[in-house]
Amino acid sequence: MDAPDPSTGSYYVSDDFYAALVEDFSGWQTPDRAITDAALRESCAQFLAEEARLLDSDRLDDWLALFVPECIYWVPGTRDGDPRREIAIAFDDRRRLEDRIFRLRTGEAWSQRPRSRTTRMVSNIELFSTPDPEIAMVRSNFLTVEFRDGETRIWSGWNGHRLRDMTTRWKILVKQVNLIDYDQNLRNPSIVL
Amino acid sequence: MTGLRSIDGVASGPAWDYDKLVFEDRVHRILYTDPRIFDEEMTKIFGAVWVYLGHESQIPAPNDFVATRMGRRPLILVRDSEGVLRALYNRCTHRGSTVCREARGSAKSFQCGYHGWTFLNSGKLNGVPWPDGYADNFEDEKFNLAQVPRVESYRGFVFGTLNLDAPSLADYLGGVAGPLDEWLDRHPGGKVVVCEANRLKFKGNWKLLYDNSADGYHVVFSHRSLLAMENRFDEDGDKGMAFYKSSPDNAPMYVRYFGNGHHFKDKRPNVEDRPGALWEIEGPHPGMEHFEASLRQRLGDRADLALDLASSEPVNINVFPNLHILGNHIQVSTPVSVDETDTTWYGTAVVDETGELEGTVDAVNALRMRTQESFPNFGEVDDLVNFEQIQVGFQAEEDEWVYMHRGLGIPDRFEVDDDGVITGPPTDEVFMREHMKAWKRLMMAEPRIAISRTV
Ligand code: FES
Ligand SMILES: [Fe+2]
Repeated sequence: MDAPDPSTGSYYVSDDFYAALVEDFSGWQTPDRAITDAALRESCAQFLAEEARLLDSDRLDDWLALFVPECIYWVPGTRDGDPRREIAIAFDDRRRLEDRIFRLRTGEAWSQRPRSRTTRMVSNIELFSTPDPEIAMVRSNFLTVEFRDGETRIWSGWNGHRLRDMTTRWKILVKQVNLIDYDQNLRNPSIVL
Repeated sequence: MTGLRSIDGVASGPAWDYDKLVFEDRVHRILYTDPRIFDEEMTKIFGAVWVYLGHESQIPAPNDFVATRMGRRPLILVRDSEGVLRALYNRCTHRGSTVCREARGSAKSFQCGYHGWTFLNSGKLNGVPWPDGYADNFEDEKFNLAQVPRVESYRGFVFGTLNLDAPSLADYLGGVAGPLDEWLDRHPGGKVVVCEANRLKFKGNWKLLYDNSADGYHVVFSHRSLLAMENRFDEDGDKGMAFYKSSPDNAPMYVRYFGNGHHFKDKRPNVEDRPGALWEIEGPHPGMEHFEASLRQRLGDRADLALDLASSEPVNINVFPNLHILGNHIQVSTPVSVDETDTTWYGTAVVDETGELEGTVDAVNALRMRTQESFPNFGEVDDLVNFEQIQVGFQAEEDEWVYMHRGLGIPDRFEVDDDGVITGPPTDEVFMREHMKAWKRLMMAEPRIAISRTV
């Protein structure tokens, strides 16, 4: 039997998947797991710059192509919480990410009419190893300046990327966006962070 | 108890003659733009009626507290050491600093950061540094934290009012308690717990949100992108709020006005009354196919009941002025200023103390978290921008009127029962006209506002 298509059926977001996700995203930023290989760090920095550029230039399909098929985009509303038990600012699987992009493109998503323009700075990139030699965890700080409808404002925080295939071509398994103001009332959070 | 809306005997009367600003078919734009009206609302609405303050599941144990606001008043909602629910003013009786700067937690006492006065979680002043520098007797009640004199819970929903003449909470809720009961009773044990929130804000007056809360007219326009998204695999699909699409006024749903500003949009009649029918109209959600298969395998015929609990309940229950039950959310709106409002969409989770769900409650909640994130992400953001754009439009000051007359003057449009409860078609603005009448009555009254310091 072929694997189900995650764009049409969400079979992979299972109990086990959630449990592994929570495990993968706890306690990973430890000195003993730091990756110091300069070439690897450089290729990772390039990859994150590419991701930022695709988002800033509204190339959302190309951005989505950076993800593995069974991916997660996660903006937690707490620190160290469990998405099975609490509401997240966003918790998108592949299909919901495609929903998100579809909606923005209808031209009738009033929160994005006019569309936002963004410029993203990504810095303080640190790589951490995982038990799987093909997978790395990456922490980076972001500063996203959003201009929309005459106003300019800032989103900031740090991203946790879980990346695969570091020796060939990076792919995003999970992108976790940790806003500094995750627990506050946010005005029009309708851009992809 | 101390009277508040008078300083040295100078009472503060209405800012405007509201008879000239609120008519049957329209209201004046300054209701939404004038800071004086906003200030007056903070007393005559957000002080004088029962205001929703929080949910008991946020403070389950003695000494638990959560920060909240009543209008703009900073409060600490506590379950004190004796288990009594209290809404303490987060305002030091010395020179006025806040005594609690955490959003939530557990504490037997609160110490002010400025000069160290300490208060028990009953509000009682417990200690003052170097008291021999004072001639006062600190046993005097006047140094205890102020608190909301009347705090009551209705099945977990905690409300407070400063108005000594307000009716009981049950009388204030009146008929809207019916849909609230039904909403709770669809859950095992007749209860839910809150589990974090989608927290949003908009640059607009708080009433724009209340006016929208039972508005069935905006749905297919303001939420067009959401409806298209939920049905993108089948354009003629029936997912989500698709029952609004063709001619909503001919659908069996209705809007109902209960009095005291409370209303109810009941969309349940659009959905077949059988297990699984709610689940069938859910749009796509993360984990949907996995958890459905696993629940069907574990529960067999009873799986539909569990899946319906993960599905959005098609109701909007609006309790004036700041509580909205929508789908599975407890949505709370909090005014910040005349043109800024916070709106917090608390998620709710199912608890299963009696084992009705045969051990599947965690799976139900894992689904239910994702179904609840959909509307704030893909629906509410568009409404909030539309509200902000109303606030922009209102800057055109010579164009004075805001019309809310849909349905007005059309014969046989409504039914009014013996209790005065009004029922009409779902796109009708009758609920808005009625809550504006209630608003006007409150703004023209002189409520007996008080605080308490008695512990
Ligand atoms: S203001 Fe609180 S102790 Fe002085
Ligand atoms: Fe809406």
